[in-house]
Amino acid sequence: MRHLLRTPAGLAGTTLVGLMVILAIAGPPIWGAEAERIDPAVILQGASAAHPLGTDNLGRDILARVLVAGRLSLVLALLATLIGAIGGIVLGALPSVLPRRAARLVTGTVNALVAFPGLLLAMFTAVVAGLGARGAVLGIGVAIAPGFARLTQTLAASVSGADYVSAARMLGVPRRRIMARHVLPNIAEPLILNLTQALGGALLGLAGMSFLGLGVQPPSFDWGRLLFDGFGRIYSTPAVALGPAVAVALAGIGFNLLGDVLARAASRTAVPAGKAVPRAVSAPGALGEPDPEAVLEVRDLTVTFPGGVTPVRGLSLTVAPGEIVGLVGESGSGKSLTASAIGGLVPYPGEVSAARLRLCGTDLGELPEQERRKLLGTSLAMVFQDPMASLNPALRVGGQLAEVATVHQGASRAEARARAVDRLRHVRIPEPDRRARQHPHELSGGMRQRAVIAMGLMGTPRLIIADEPTTALDVTVQRQILRLLREVTGESGAATLFISHDIAVVGELCHRVVVMYAGRVVEELPVEKLASGAAHPYTRALVASLPDMDTDRSLPLASISGHQPSPAELGPGCAFAARCELATGRCAERPPLIPYGKAHQVACWEAS
Amino acid sequence: MIIKNLTVRFGAFTAVDDVTLEIPAGAIVGLVGESGSGKSTLARAVTGLVPYTGEITGGDPRRIQMVFQDPYASLDPRMTVGASVAEGLRVPRAARQAEVERLLSLVSLPASMAGRYPRELSGGQRQRVAVARALGARPELLVADEITSALDVSVQGSVLNLVRSLREELGLSMLFISHNLAVVRYVSDVVAVMHRGRLVEMGATEEVVGSPRNGYTRSLLEAVPRLRRA
Ligand SMILES: Nc1ncnc2c1ncn2[C@@H]1O[C@H](COP(=O)(O)OP(=O)(O)O)[C@@H](O)[C@H]1O
Ligand code: SF4
Ligand SMILES: [Mg+2]
Repeated sequence: MRHLLRTPAGLAGTTLVGLMVILAIAGPPIWGAEAERIDPAVILQGASAAHPLGTDNLGRDILARVLVAGRLSLVLALLATLIGAIGGIVLGALPSVLPRRAARLVTGTVNALVAFPGLLLAMFTAVVAGLGARGAVLGIGVAIAPGFARLTQTLAASVSGADYVSAARMLGVPRRRIMARHVLPNIAEPLILNLTQALGGALLGLAGMSFLGLGVQPPSFDWGRLLFDGFGRIYSTPAVALGPAVAVALAGIGFNLLGDVLARAASRTAVPAGKAVPRAVSAPGALGEPDPEAVLEVRDLTVTFPGGVTPVRGLSLTVAPGEIVGLVGESGSGKSLTASAIGGLVPYPGEVSAARLRLCGTDLGELPEQERRKLLGTSLAMVFQDPMASLNPALRVGGQLAEVATVHQGASRAEARARAVDRLRHVRIPEPDRRARQHPHELSGGMRQRAVIAMGLMGTPRLIIADEPTTALDVTVQRQILRLLREVTGESGAATLFISHDIAVVGELCHRVVVMYAGRVVEELPVEKLASGAAHPYTRALVASLPDMDTDRSLPLASISGHQPSPAELGPGCAFAARCELATGRCAERPPLIPYGKAHQVACWEAS
Repeated sequence: MIIKNLTVRFGAFTAVDDVTLEIPAGAIVGLVGESGSGKSTLARAVTGLVPYTGEITGGDPRRIQMVFQDPYASLDPRMTVGASVAEGLRVPRAARQAEVERLLSLVSLPASMAGRYPRELSGGQRQRVAVARALGARPELLVADEITSALDVSVQGSVLNLVRSLREELGLSMLFISHNLAVVRYVSDVVAVMHRGRLVEMGATEEVVGSPRNGYTRSLLEAVPRLRRA
């Protein structure tokens, strides 16, 4: 709710709607008598101190009448909206429960009605139903219904495809029950939001009907009727028409704004643009000299979101040329955010800080924005799980690759294009010339991932970050991509940071493994030690719970009970303690990451 | 249960091509193959969710249940765990709560879980609820489509253990689908390999994994990532 008031639109919408509701409740008792008082002495007057909006042909005060008419206008709009919504939802839901033939008929009717102009539909219904408020309300209701029916149909269709609906169907739950128990409750929210906006529309529509003389008839009056009465005098005494017009407009705008803001809050998609820039934190004394060999050196990297959520906590990492370092951990451990932080891609309102963040010997935190972009653009290649995150579906593959060379390397278009085809050939895409002319959707998943890698190779990347690049691929294709990454790293001498939740893949590809848990590195070890020389209980449990082609099938698999604490749940102690079989009282304090033999570090009190 | 000459066509495309497969009573049949090879379509045909040609004999088609891949999409977010599990029950109202508790305990979940909503559960717990819901219909055959693929390794183990204990304790037959050969090998008695809609190899797990006859099966086996590669 607080959310609603944060944006200007939300504040305006809520205020306007609140005022309208108060007016509807309090208007008639306060100004009712005034609005009915006939005063032959002041017939048809313009604005004056006594009558700010003038008077009508019986000398009644128009301001009072506008304030009193609020109740009827709003009540009628509410009625019309309810009629439209209920009719529409029933129409929209029917196809899901009717036999196929009848369902098609209903759908066809709805489609035809949606295409029909709403105002005509409303006027036609009103004329048939008879002049007066009832006809107008029915008319507007009928005009609103098709939109609701269409919305209900669309929403219901998406929910009907959900696995839980399939599950209910398999369990033999009747279609009517599925509609009532599963579908309607899950589409209620967007429907209710739409209702708010429809209310604004109904208000305007009803005013329109009354204005055309089809709606409320004297002696009753709503805003539309007042407008109708005052319109003839708009040139001589404009205030008499402007008053009701402004009231209608304000109410309509209020409901529309509120509906809009509610809808946006519900879809939770409103992510403000902007990326967090790494901020250097004052280096503690023990930071030491930068490693001159390293392509990437990260010290004490922290990513924080507002509300004290810190998904990455003091992470340190070094990758040397020609080396492939694996970053493993379960989902939510902070692997992807680490990658984003290095690439300067942490979304707003995230905050990145690091004691050191060096790429190719340059401190990223100290570079001005433009130069940092340039450095990242030329020396970092990123490969994501979904290749479509890096490819524009509307552009040809070759053109997208070539763009990298024209933008970052100032190559001519012909040169860039030749290089794109060459790179596609290099990642072993068959018929690279033809593929370059195709769009991404014409390529298979594995081929798209190759194309993304080829795009990274358009320049001469010093660092390749691959975040779950094979998770969406089949084992056979996965194998080819892994081989390609190994070759590329070997021949270019680039450093590769390979992120995966699959410890077997990491074990096969990488030279060194960094294990993350709840935002921290808990162990760093040479790959040879992964299978049987790991020291941290979490790493060991991960290895033990992984079935492979030699696992003893007669024994139960090892598993880790409980779940990884979310960044908001983390306490001061060892984050693994709740799931750890070796935990002791000492684990209430967090163990530091300390050396444990050659090229091996571990953060656990019991590892010694 | 025997699936005979089962074919599924979507327009001109044949997703499942003349598959014949026997699922012996009380056995787990593992189905492997790359994505798009027709595994899920076969599963949906067997459970009656897509139309097919061919025959399924030796079992009551109404007593086939399925558990889905995505633990976040397979439970109605607005229903409590208890209500979800109770959905397929055919017991008198009074016995309902006891039956829900029995089903939850079958999948090693505490009875207190019944009052919770899916959003409060981890992926592994949700998959257990989905299994409990399916068991409520007293199925003869349970189809499990990639039920551990969306889970982290650390919880995958406990779901695989559950699958095996269900067979041992309830004598349930199961069609267990996965693209992960190591996982299929661990739970299945029989392994069937699908490629481009066809069944290319089938046999006892040890045999198929130990001495594959089909070229595609061999390439699948070779591609399995191994932590301890010799
Ligand atoms: N934009 C964000 N706002 C708030 N929390 C986030 C955001 N992005 C990620 N997180 C949280 O950070 C943690 C780590 O996420 P992530 O780096 O994606 O993990 P992984 O890649 O290891 O699965 C998760 O708990 C996630 O919910
Ligand atoms: S520090 Fe304690 S709780 Fe943490 S992993 Fe080691 S033994 Fe387990
Ligand atoms: Mg990730």
